[in-house]
Amino acid sequence: MYGGPLKVLMFGWEFPPHNSGGLGTACYGLSTALASDHQLTFVLPRKLDLEHQYLNFEFGDREIDVQAVNSLLKAYADLNSYRAFLRGSLGNYGQSLLAEVERYSTQVEPIAQRVQPDIIHAHDWLSFGAGIKAKEATNRPLVAHVHATEFDRTGGTGVNQQVYNKEREGLEAADHVIAVSSFTKSTLVEHYGITPKKISVVHNGVLPDKPDRSQSLPFAKYKELGYKIVLFVGRVTIQKGPDYFLKTAKNVLSYLPKTIFLMVGSGDMAEQMINLSVELGISGNIFFPGFLRGQELHSIYQVADVFVMPSVSEPFGITPLEAMLNGVPVIISKQSGVAEVITHGFKADFWDIEEMTNQIVGVLKSGPLRQIMSKNGRRNAKVQTWKRAADKCAKIYQQVVRSS
Amino acid sequence: MASICFYFQVHQPYRIKRYRIQDVGQHSRYFDHQDQTNLNNRWILNKVSKKCYLPANELFIKLLRKYPELKISYSLSGVFLEQIRDWQPRVLRSFQALVATGQVEILAETYYHSLASLYSEQEFTDQIAQHRSIVKDLLGVEPRVFRNTELIYSDQIVAHIKKLGYLAMITEGADHILDWRSPNFLYQASESELPLLLKNYKLSDDIAFRFSSKDWSGYPLTAPKFAQWLSAINGSGELINLFMDYETFGEHQWQSTGIFEFLEALPGELLKHPDNDFITPSEVVERYEPIAKLSIPEPISWADVERDLSAWRSNSIQQQALEEIYSLESEVKKSQNNQLLTDWRRLQTSDHFYYMCTKWFADGDVHKYFNPYESPYEAYIAYANCLADLKLRLEEEQVNLSNQVSAMVQS
Repeated sequence: MYGGPLKVLMFGWEFPPHNSGGLGTACYGLSTALASDHQLTFVLPRKLDLEHQYLNFEFGDREIDVQAVNSLLKAYADLNSYRAFLRGSLGNYGQSLLAEVERYSTQVEPIAQRVQPDIIHAHDWLSFGAGIKAKEATNRPLVAHVHATEFDRTGGTGVNQQVYNKEREGLEAADHVIAVSSFTKSTLVEHYGITPKKISVVHNGVLPDKPDRSQSLPFAKYKELGYKIVLFVGRVTIQKGPDYFLKTAKNVLSYLPKTIFLMVGSGDMAEQMINLSVELGISGNIFFPGFLRGQELHSIYQVADVFVMPSVSEPFGITPLEAMLNGVPVIISKQSGVAEVITHGFKADFWDIEEMTNQIVGVLKSGPLRQIMSKNGRRNAKVQTWKRAADKCAKIYQQVVRSS
Repeated sequence: MASICFYFQVHQPYRIKRYRIQDVGQHSRYFDHQDQTNLNNRWILNKVSKKCYLPANELFIKLLRKYPELKISYSLSGVFLEQIRDWQPRVLRSFQALVATGQVEILAETYYHSLASLYSEQEFTDQIAQHRSIVKDLLGVEPRVFRNTELIYSDQIVAHIKKLGYLAMITEGADHILDWRSPNFLYQASESELPLLLKNYKLSDDIAFRFSSKDWSGYPLTAPKFAQWLSAINGSGELINLFMDYETFGEHQWQSTGIFEFLEALPGELLKHPDNDFITPSEVVERYEPIAKLSIPEPISWADVERDLSAWRSNSIQQQALEEIYSLESEVKKSQNNQLLTDWRRLQTSDHFYYMCTKWFADGDVHKYFNPYESPYEAYIAYANCLADLKLRLEEEQVNLSNQVSAMVQS
């Protein structure tokens, strides 16, 4: 069996364009790359019509069997956002997020029985329950893939004990754990007591996009008038450090008044950030275009002069790699996993507003610096492929299958 | 007869601290990083003194006493001499003791270990004169043979060195200039006919780079083995130029590799062969005749496999930084502000541009070379901020000057 194709049962999250963040992109990138050598059944929760409990759909030209299970679970769901989904939904859903996690896990059993996989692979805690149930039903090994922990999502403050317990339960039940970075691996060792030997690091990849160059670029007038553009892309939540971005923006403007700042994304801190920009007296130079994807996001990358990711705690962080593929110089938080694979970018502590200011101003002031960072950054990001991640995953599968 | 010519390069730059945009116009202390990291110049000097300069000098003094035939030469940058004068007088005294043996020759170079030879003939000349003066002051000698920063050499540079009256020049025995010819003879520059000593990079690098490399077929390198390799050149060459960084002893090759024991045993092993002897660069010129002329229109150096200038000016940030610093020459000199002139010159040291190099870094391999900054980009921003501050100071000088002039006119 060793080295040959495996039957993989994967519990993941919605692919682009239905995703709301990097988790869906990661699921898409990894599963499509894996599917070229392995037989993949991809299960995801999705809100379906009342009459459907399961839905089987085709996925492009790749031979992935995608199975949707009727559920209100969504990537990045938390206790509060779940309550909001529940209020607007009819159906036999769990009364709390944790109840829904439990309900979803029992729903996946028949799929597991039918597929009889060689290995089970579950992405993040919301699907760990499903992974455990499938493992119990088939007696096959489980790989738990960690894209973020409760410590990242809450920025370290107000960790929810129930969520933590569920995460820990999944990690302990798993035969092997994949962490998206060494940064995340050390969180799992320190905060979850998982033995380092059981954890492998598989860095995420980035999908090369196919730009449509015919589109006109946003903010073109600003560019014509000599403004420089500083870009933030991410969910506007405590984890991503949007407040540090705005405070840095204020500092940068004192050196370079002809700069505009774009905060692309949505999230529970969006309103607070709009208020903060007013308080700081910089609202004239900040734009909040909301959540963008596809061509719109691509055009934004095209006009940016520098990309900043000031995350408080970022297990990986794919967006800087996307920016680099588009030739944009990046400044990233040292508290991020992607820092482990980026050599052609600036790194700063997320709280070090002075240093981020220094770096942004340095990049914006120097054409030669932008030029060399753009060239080398593209090269740096290009080698970070999903194929590489999938190959590493496949090796882990083989080892786990052999030793189980 | 094969004469062995040792020359050791001794240099420490004034590394620029993480000078931020917030510092520009606030203060102009570019080089005074305080934390104990690789940007703290005094801390590094103390560290390298302990690991290399003091033990290596002590060993050489002992060897020179034991073997009156032993000869060695050094080139010490002006910024290095300044630092040991101010922070490590013991190291200075040990270099003075070395010179006092009469078996040591000191070479000429630019005070600031700069790339001035490529940008400004006037500045190049000034820095050589400044270096002569500190060498005379601290070591009491006047160099007669010139070696340029990182052995950078071209027809144009050698013509200038000839005009300044030097006896000979030292450079790299690069394959692409020598082709089938051997570095183990004296050569001369094609136009100026100045004698040229060419580094035998293979044998030099056996010590400097490969000494402790376990993957190397020559490992372990012992003094008898190395002496045998050198002696084997008798009959096919006259001169073996072993040129290397002095920090090889104890800093690049740690004490634990056995480098000091190797060095201690080497002269005795070499002298066992009756045809070997030791020689200094100016003695080479007196004793040997040039075997052929070399024309080298494009600059060469001893850096990297390319042996060209790419370590200091292959990318856009290096080029911009270099062009900008040299573009300020006439204004800085007009200002007659000594502190401004010194800072401008310290910013010319070649190491600053080396730290901005991305050619190895391009493959994501950060560890291939030493850089005290986290990235070449960080090195550039600190440098660019210093330049911005320097330009502010220049502007201020000009305003002051014109105010003085108008005050004079009015009175």
